[in-house]
Amino acid sequence: MFIAGTVAVLVALLLVVSRAILGPTVFDRVLAGNSTGTLAILLLAVLGFLNGRPEWLDIGLTYGLLNLIGTLAVLKFFRYGDIAYDEEERS
Amino acid sequence: MTISLIQMALLTMLAAVTVAIIRQRNLFGVVILAGIYSFLMASVMILIDAVDVAMTEASVGAGISTVVLLATIALTGSKEYPSVRRSLVPLFVAAVTGGALIWGTFPLPRFGVQESAIHMHVAPEYLQHSKDHKMPPNVVTAVLGDFRGYDTLGETTVIFTAGIGVMLLLRGRRRRLKENGKSAGKGTA
Repeated sequence: MFIAGTVAVLVALLLVVSRAILGPTVFDRVLAGNSTGTLAILLLAVLGFLNGRPEWLDIGLTYGLLNLIGTLAVLKFFRYGDIAYDEEERS
Repeated sequence: MTISLIQMALLTMLAAVTVAIIRQRNLFGVVILAGIYSFLMASVMILIDAVDVAMTEASVGAGISTVVLLATIALTGSKEYPSVRRSLVPLFVAAVTGGALIWGTFPLPRFGVQESAIHMHVAPEYLQHSKDHKMPPNVVTAVLGDFRGYDTLGETTVIFTAGIGVMLLLRGRRRRLKENGKSAGKGTA
C-alpha cells in the first residue's frame, strides 16, 4: 500500500518537475516550486512508513514552514521588486 | 530494491532539473529551479537515511538560498545574456575537476559497509554510551549536543557572530542610502 502511495507521489513529482522545466510563464514555475515542496513533505511521510520507521514525520513541519517562506519571498519580490520592502518605512 | 528504484527516479529528475538550470536564461526561473533541486536532493538524502542532512539541505537550499538569490536578482536584473566567448577551456577544466573528484572516490569504502575504518574508531563507543547514559534517542543529536557539545557551541557562536556582522553591515548601508535620498529630495524641493 505504501509502495502504491510512493509511486503516486513520484508520478505527481514528475508532472510538477516537467511543468517547472517546460513552464512558459514564471507563475507556472512558482506554482511548480511550491508544489514540489508539498510533494517533498508527502514523500518524506510515506517513505518513513515504507521503511517502517516513521520517527522523522515531524520534520515535515519544518518543510512546510520553509515552503511558506520561499513562496512569500518570491511573491513579495514580484509585487514590489524588492524583498526587503517595508510599507511603513516608505510612507 | 524498491528504495533503489525510488532513488533512480529521483536522481533522474535531479539530472533533468540540472540541465534545465544550465539552459535557462531567465535568472528568476533559475532560482525557482534551484529550490526544486534542493527539495529533490533532500528527498534523496532521506532515502539514504541522512534525515538531519536532508533537513539542512531543505532549509539552506530551498529556504535561505531562494531568499538570498532573489535579493541578489533585485539588485542585478533577471536576464542572463548568452556568452560571446568560447567555453571550451572552462568545459575542459570542469571535466578534469569532475574526473579527479570521481577518481578520488575509488579508494573510499563502499557506502553502508559496517567494517570500514570510520565505523570502527569512536562510533561503537558513542552508540554504546548514548544507550547507557539515557541520552537523546537520536544518536546524531546525542553526538552533536552531548559528546561534542563544546564543538557545537563553538560552531554556533561563529555562525551567530557572522550573522550579526552581516546584518550590521547591511543595516548601516541602508540607513546611509535613506539619508542620502532624503537630503537629495530636500535639495530639489
